[in-house]
Amino acid sequence: MTDQYQSKLVIPEAPFRPGDKPDYSFMSLPSPNESIKPDCMADPAEMKDLAYGMVRVLDDDQHAQGAWDPQLSIEKLQAALEYMVKTRIYDDRMFRMQRQGKLSFYIKCLGEEAIAVGQAMALQFGDMLFSTYRQQGLLFVRDRGLVDMMCSCLSNSKDNQKGRQLPTLYSWKEGNYFSVSGNLATQFSQAVGWAMASAYKGEDHIASAWVGEGSSAEADVYHALLFSAAYRAPVLLNVVNNQWAISTPQNMASGGTTFAARGLGFNLPSIRVDGNDLLAVYAVTEWAAKRARSGGGPTFIELFTYRAEAHSSSDDPNAYRAKDEWQSWPLGDPVERLKIHLIERQQWSEEQQEELEANLTKKISQAWKEAESFGTLEDGPHWPLESMFDDVFKDIPPHLRRQRRKLEM
Amino acid sequence: MATMSMVQAINSALDITMERDQNVLCLGEDVGYFGGVFRCTAGLQEKYGQHRVLDTPIAEAGIIAAAIGMGVNGLRPVAEIQFADYIYPAFDQIVSELARLRYRSGGEFFAPVTVRAPCGGGIRGGQTHSQSPEGIFTHVCGLKVIMPSNPYDAKGLLISSIEDDDPIIFFEPKRCYNGPFYGDPHQQAVSWAGHPKGEVPEVYYTIPIGEAAIVRPGSEVTVLTYGTMVHVAEAAIEKSGIDAELIDLRTLLPLDIDAIVESLQKTHRCVVIHEATRTSGYGAELIADIQEECFWFLEAPIVRVTGWDTPYPHAFEWHYFPGQERIIEAMKSTLET
Ligand SMILES: Cc1ncc(C[n+]2csc(CCOP(=O)(O)OP(=O)(O)O)c2C)c(N)n1
Repeated sequence: MTDQYQSKLVIPEAPFRPGDKPDYSFMSLPSPNESIKPDCMADPAEMKDLAYGMVRVLDDDQHAQGAWDPQLSIEKLQAALEYMVKTRIYDDRMFRMQRQGKLSFYIKCLGEEAIAVGQAMALQFGDMLFSTYRQQGLLFVRDRGLVDMMCSCLSNSKDNQKGRQLPTLYSWKEGNYFSVSGNLATQFSQAVGWAMASAYKGEDHIASAWVGEGSSAEADVYHALLFSAAYRAPVLLNVVNNQWAISTPQNMASGGTTFAARGLGFNLPSIRVDGNDLLAVYAVTEWAAKRARSGGGPTFIELFTYRAEAHSSSDDPNAYRAKDEWQSWPLGDPVERLKIHLIERQQWSEEQQEELEANLTKKISQAWKEAESFGTLEDGPHWPLESMFDDVFKDIPPHLRRQRRKLEM
Repeated sequence: MATMSMVQAINSALDITMERDQNVLCLGEDVGYFGGVFRCTAGLQEKYGQHRVLDTPIAEAGIIAAAIGMGVNGLRPVAEIQFADYIYPAFDQIVSELARLRYRSGGEFFAPVTVRAPCGGGIRGGQTHSQSPEGIFTHVCGLKVIMPSNPYDAKGLLISSIEDDDPIIFFEPKRCYNGPFYGDPHQQAVSWAGHPKGEVPEVYYTIPIGEAAIVRPGSEVTVLTYGTMVHVAEAAIEKSGIDAELIDLRTLLPLDIDAIVESLQKTHRCVVIHEATRTSGYGAELIADIQEECFWFLEAPIVRVTGWDTPYPHAFEWHYFPGQERIIEAMKSTLET
């Protein structure tokens, strides 16, 4: 054996691991009043602070404060709360169905509901969404049918993806929601191309793409930054920093600064926002969308949040992270925060919340029964077996026809 | 001897090579603190430290490029790609760089990198957790490509791979990580305990790269396969009552053509099986080689049993997976000629 090397490498470490008591007091959280709100067409050089600070609207008491308050109507705020609660109850139900063996796999977005909901609400229906597996709230805001979503997860006879994808990797062309890939980050630069096409055709639609902070390490993300910067493509590039990429902490991909800071090197407006604050998420997205639609090009947004659940149904986070991290998370629970905000304004009550939850639970249970009637993964019915050979190409070439005949024999 | 799963055998191979050679280190997504999503590197970071079992950013091209640089600078990196389906971002680094470095530098530079990647389906993983891309890599000059089918071979071959000075793509059939899989998802899963190849020495040993193994001698037809399909084929042979000779190729490149020719001189018939898609798959290469070497003593056309030429379909996994029935039918068809 050779002599021991004295390694000079520096290894990024998680703030807490199993056995530690999480304490996030080291995190400096600016108050909502600290962030400036520039004109949406301002020069990126004038707003560098936004990449290192954090745009917030709801303060620690859940009152709306500061320049970024989007001044949403009560109806909109109540709708946002409903979408978030719906997302949460849907996730909960589907996760339990996975545990009962009805689904092969599932991914929840617990704790991150404000991101997809707030952003979808601030975008227009014609804007194209390039989502990951963790923005299911986008679909609820666009009113995708519950049964359709469940059928997709069940890979049954009514699955619009014809039984070909894992649960949570949805596709919904009608709703301008791009087919989610299992290969991380690929959508990020594709969204830029979509946006370039929109600008080339002289249209007003913009694209919005999401990627996890862990996946932001993939080269696709740099391609997206540079192509969008070079051509000033109308696109929102969102990095969801939920602190964990399976077992790997966010600082493995951050380089020791914020993710938002990465956009500065490409001369992009780069904003870090409290991802658990629906109002702040909405406001930043609205700002960036307006900029993109006005010819100002891309905005790079870091949504700062916490992945409250396991990575997926195949994962057990107790093996790599401390208990109670989420309970200690200083930016709280997005659903609770918006609820308290509305209650404080006397526009909501605990009774209304309970009623909402009960109604949605009932709706989701009914939808599940209906979805199951179209088949389950294990027992079918599925799409007809021969459909397996469809869509590899537009038309089925001879060699696949031969294989199809063989399979049917 | 101990009973080991394939995961434990791989872990043991890594442990032993790290123990013996300070230049061996592991890197990959979630391999360090967590010990890998399939637990293949479990306990290694605790034992060898964070500097030798490196968690990496999620960037496969970065992982392989870094491994090449480390290899050039004297280390023996073992890079894990979390699923073979996610090896493609690293394709350029593997094909244009890792595979050809020795050649383009006139032998000056080389990088002794082992790339480990779980492959294959049968786990309800859909199209991005099920692929078998071995044929893509055997087509690249300069890579050795290995796929063991059991714990004993996995350990011996992984140690050989890490010690080898050439780049190795080491595919691990994940359906067999915890037990042999015979192709019937409704049968109760079995562990490696009780399987002869689940008995694994705890100590150092190697299995030479480039040697096939006869799993079951026979006289009527030679069945060539590797990885998970070895067990499916074995069960199919048993069920059919056909006296087939089953060969586990273990190393796909360089191929042990001598073992194949020897077998075919006896059986004169051949079935080639893989889970990967058919067109331009590794089976096509095998059949071409056999045709060149054995044409004059073949008595029937060589038959291929493979996955269909479609992405791995989530709902139709078991229609896609080449199961026992299709193998039996193929063997029968060669015997009927
Ligand atoms: C190209 C590629 N590499 C690896 C994986 C395996 N994988 C799936 S999710 C994941 C972690 C992603 O973490 P992050 O980007 O932070 O998103 P999060 O899951 O936390 O939302 C990994 C490594 C993959 N799907 N694709």
